[in-house]
Amino acid sequence: MTLPHDYESIPGTYVYDAERGRIGYALNMFCMSLNKAENRKRFKDDEAAYLDGFALTAEQRRTVLERDWLGMLRVGGNIYYTIKIAFCDGLTFQDVAGMMSGVPKETYAQMMLAGGRSAEGNRYKDDDGSDHG
Amino acid sequence: MARIVAGIASSHVPAIGVAIDRGTTDTPYWQPLFKGYGPAREWLAKLAPDVAIVVYNDHANAFSLEIIPTFLLGVADKFEIADEGFGRRPVPAVIGHPGLAWHLAESLILDEFDMTIANEMTVDHGLTVPLSVTCGRPDAWPFAVIPLCVNVVQYPPPTGVRCYKLGQAIRRAVDNFDQDLKVVIYGTGGMSHQLQGERAGLINRQFDTAFLDGLTKDPVALSRISHTEYMREAGSEGVEMVMWHVMRGALDDNAVEVYRHYHVPASNTAAGLMILENRSPA
Repeated sequence: MTLPHDYESIPGTYVYDAERGRIGYALNMFCMSLNKAENRKRFKDDEAAYLDGFALTAEQRRTVLERDWLGMLRVGGNIYYTIKIAFCDGLTFQDVAGMMSGVPKETYAQMMLAGGRSAEGNRYKDDDGSDHG
Repeated sequence: MARIVAGIASSHVPAIGVAIDRGTTDTPYWQPLFKGYGPAREWLAKLAPDVAIVVYNDHANAFSLEIIPTFLLGVADKFEIADEGFGRRPVPAVIGHPGLAWHLAESLILDEFDMTIANEMTVDHGLTVPLSVTCGRPDAWPFAVIPLCVNVVQYPPPTGVRCYKLGQAIRRAVDNFDQDLKVVIYGTGGMSHQLQGERAGLINRQFDTAFLDGLTKDPVALSRISHTEYMREAGSEGVEMVMWHVMRGALDDNAVEVYRHYHVPASNTAAGLMILENRSPA
């Protein structure tokens, strides 16, 4: 067992820790392979066949094929790795961030222009807006 | 004798690099950010350092999860630009300084900082965007660069306190290098941002401002911020700010702030820039 982690109380956040490092290794190393242009082409040509070359679980495979960005994080994906799938699709970090937070692209972009998501009410999973800190 | 004359803290948002590479820095979206970079570029051109030690993190480019060095020094003559999944940035290759880099490796390890040594590695936006921010688009970078790569992708990164102490050890090592070199040190990453999960987009101007103030008010206290506090207050990727403590530790205790710029947003991130100078005579 690893140590208890006080960051577990942060809402909407998937810290890439020892547990996720264990379950996510193959998924993230598949993403790493997309740093090579020839692999990006092979992946786009036949995604399912390309994924056969990596030891993903059925759920990890589904999240990739369905571009379930939040789902990837839940099965051990790390954002710096999974974003490489998005780059293959011509998406940006901001596009994916909007999808993960469940709002339309324009809404997310407006939120950022207005100063971003406030920490107020977003510090703890049971946060009611009061400041626990 | 080599001497560290100044520290530069800068965010390394990839979209800032894209804006520079595509020449879109004058658009209404980017202009307020880039306007604030001008004085820093003028300051750096005037300073004309010989070497920059750039403390940064790799983002699944030079290094994967296969091997995860906590602290790594690049000792090569030259570092090529990484393909991060969308082609290489059109910027010059980075020229190293093997003499000082090997001296740092030897000195730091004997000073009980167990550095990994890299003879071959590429560099990604974590290193090249701060260079672009402070140097613009030159045909060749105007100084040699020693990459000092810190793991902040796989939890846990090194603590802020450890980073600060590494900076102090870097200072001792540079002070003992028997060659007349003007050295600057970059601390990169941050400021508040979260790229992942339902909470993506988190920005905390209050935290960032206090952090910038703390770099001169009480850097030792600042270095004690825990990883969980960074993640809770400044977003999961805000923990990159531990790398600023390496830069700060390498400067004089009474280093002075000479420039600051802060802007929201740069894509998903609060972009910060600060220049600190040592008071000791150059």
